[in-house]
Amino acid sequence: MRTFTRMLSPRLWVRTPRVLPGFGLSMGLTLLSMTLLVLIPLGGLILFTATRMTLVEFWEQAIVEPRVLAAYRLSFGASFLAALLNAVFGFLVAWVLVRYPFWGQRFVDALVDLPFALPTAVSGIALTTLYAPTGWIGRWLAPWGLQIAYAWPGIVIALTLIGLPFVVRMVQPALEQLEEELEEAAASLGATRWQTFYRVILPTILPSLLTGFTMAFARAVGEFGSIYFIAGNMPYRTEIAPLLILIRLEQFDYVGATAIGVVMLLAAFALLLIINLLQWWSGRYRL
Amino acid sequence: MSIEVRNISKTFGTFKALDDVSLTVGTGELVALLGPSGSGKTTLLRIIAGLEQPDPGGGPILFHQEGVSERHVSQRGVGFVFQHYALFRHLSVFENVAFGLRVKRRAERPSRAVIRARVHQLLQLVQLDQLAHRYPHQLSGGQRQRVALARALAVEPRVLLLDEPFGALDAKVRKELRAWLRRLHDELHMTSVFVTHDQDEALEVADRVVVTHEGRIEQTGTPDEVFHHPATEFVMNFLGDVNTFHARVQAGRVQFNSLELPFPDNRQQIVGQARVFVRPFDVTIDTKTNGLPALEARVVRVHSAGPLVRLELRTGEDQRLVAEISQERFRTMNLEAGSRVYVRPRHIRVFAG
Repeated sequence: MRTFTRMLSPRLWVRTPRVLPGFGLSMGLTLLSMTLLVLIPLGGLILFTATRMTLVEFWEQAIVEPRVLAAYRLSFGASFLAALLNAVFGFLVAWVLVRYPFWGQRFVDALVDLPFALPTAVSGIALTTLYAPTGWIGRWLAPWGLQIAYAWPGIVIALTLIGLPFVVRMVQPALEQLEEELEEAAASLGATRWQTFYRVILPTILPSLLTGFTMAFARAVGEFGSIYFIAGNMPYRTEIAPLLILIRLEQFDYVGATAIGVVMLLAAFALLLIINLLQWWSGRYRL
Repeated sequence: MSIEVRNISKTFGTFKALDDVSLTVGTGELVALLGPSGSGKTTLLRIIAGLEQPDPGGGPILFHQEGVSERHVSQRGVGFVFQHYALFRHLSVFENVAFGLRVKRRAERPSRAVIRARVHQLLQLVQLDQLAHRYPHQLSGGQRQRVALARALAVEPRVLLLDEPFGALDAKVRKELRAWLRRLHDELHMTSVFVTHDQDEALEVADRVVVTHEGRIEQTGTPDEVFHHPATEFVMNFLGDVNTFHARVQAGRVQFNSLELPFPDNRQQIVGQARVFVRPFDVTIDTKTNGLPALEARVVRVHSAGPLVRLELRTGEDQRLVAEISQERFRTMNLEAGSRVYVRPRHIRVFAG
C-alpha cells in the first residue's frame, strides 16, 4: 500500500538533482525489457485463448475437466509441499552453514548451488534411478509398500531438490545479520532455547524465509524436465500440468494447451500475490 | 542482593581479557566498571550475567552468598541492558517489555491483566507509556534504551547489569539519561553494575567506581577517592587531563624542570626516578614572578569558550603544558597567545618510574 501511494505521489516525477542521473533511460530500458520478455508473451497467451474459445468452453476444457483438474492439483499440491519441505530443510542448511564452522563448510556451501546448474533432466534421471523399486534406495522401501518413483512422493522429492537453493540463499544473509545480542537478551529475560527460537529468531527472519519459499514454489510450479522422468506420467495420477500442455500440443490442440497455460498463469499469479502480501505483513515492523 | 566474584580469569585465544579479578558489590549499590576498551570490563559484566563462562579453576560467582556459576543466564535472575539495545524489532514497545513475563512457565506466568498492568507501570516509570504501540524503529536512541531498561526490569531481576548503556547516544541525551538512571536507582535501590569508558559518566552516576586496566582492577573507591586520590599512574591518567613531568626525588624533595617542591603527602615513599602529575586546574598562573617557585612559560593557545579558560602553554624547557583558570582571573590578567606567564603547581602527585 505504501509503495502504491509512493507511486502515485508526484515526488517521483519532480526533477530532483541526484548523484547518479539517468532515471529516464534506466526506466525506459526496464519497461522495454519487461514488455519484450514478460508482458508480450504472457499477454499473447491470454489473447490467443480469449479469441479462440468461449468462456464456457474454457471452463469445461481447461478447468473442470477431470484429467486437467487432477494435473492442477498435483502440480500445485506437490509444489507447495516441496516448498514447505524446502522452508524447513533449507532453513536448517542455512543455520548450520552460518552458525557452526566445520571442516568442509565451503564445499557444502558450494554444493547448495548445484541444483541451479544441473540440467533438471539429469537430476530427474538420477533420482529415478535411486528411487525406482529396483534402485539403491527404492529397493529398501518397496517391501514396505512405499513407492517413491512413478508416484507423487517422487515428484515432491524432485521439486524439493530443484528448489532448495532458493531458501538457503535467502535465509543465509538474514541469519548472518541476526545479532547474537537478541538471543542473549531473550535468554537473560528467562526464555528457553525453543522460546528464543520461535519468538525471536523465526519472526525476525520470516520475511526472508517467505521469499525463499515463494521462489522455490514458483520454480516448482514451472518445473518440467526432472518430473518427466520420475513421475511415470499416468493420467489422473502422476501427470503434472506442464506435461499435459505438451500432450495437448502433440495432439495439435493448440487452444487446449494455451488454455491450461492461462489457468496456470492466473493461479500462479494469485498465489504469488497472496504470499507477497503475507511477506509484507510479516515485515511490517521494518522501515 | 550482593554480588561477589573471586579470582576470575578469562582468556580468548591468547588474549587475557581478565586476570585473576575479584570484586564485591554490596546490596543496593550502583557500581561503575570504568576502563578503556579492551580492559576487560565488559567481559567481567558478561561473566556475572552468565553470558560468558570464566576460565576453569577460578573462584565462585556468588549472588547473596549463593553460588550461581553453574546456572544458565536465564536462571540467574539478572536484568541485562545492551549497548545497542537489542530490542526485538518485530515486537511493539509493549510486547518487548512484556516478553520476559510471557515466556515464564505457565505456573509462574501472570494473567493477561496483570501483565498489562505491570507493563504499563514500567512504561510509566521510563516515561514512555504513550509510545506503547510503537515499534523500535520508530523510536529515538534514548527512547530505545529506556524500553530496553523497562524490559530488563519487567522480570523483577535480582541484579541489574548495564553494558555501556549510553555508549551509542549523543552527548546531550547521554547526560540526561545518566542523571535519570541515578534518580531511578535512588527510587528502586536495585543492586546495579554498569560498564562505561566515560569517566564523567562513572564519576557522576556511581556510588563506587572500579577502574579496570589490561584485565586487572587498578583501583576501587568512591568517585571522590578515585578522582582525588588515584592509587596508580594509570588511574591518574585515565580520570581526566593531566600534565606529566620527569622528576627526581631526593631527601623528601621533588625536582622537576626548574622546580624543587616538598614531597607531597603520598602513601608510597619514593627515592630516585619518578614522575610528577599535575591536573590542569591545580596550577596558579601569574604574569609576574612573586618569588615563589614557578615554571616560566609562554601562552601558545587560548580556549575561552567554556566554564573555564583553557591555556595551552610551552615551558622554557620546550614542554607542553595545559592549565585551566577561571574566566574572571583570565580577564584580569589580559592574556593572549605569546604572553609570558609563571606557572605554579598547587598540588602534585608523584609516582615511581
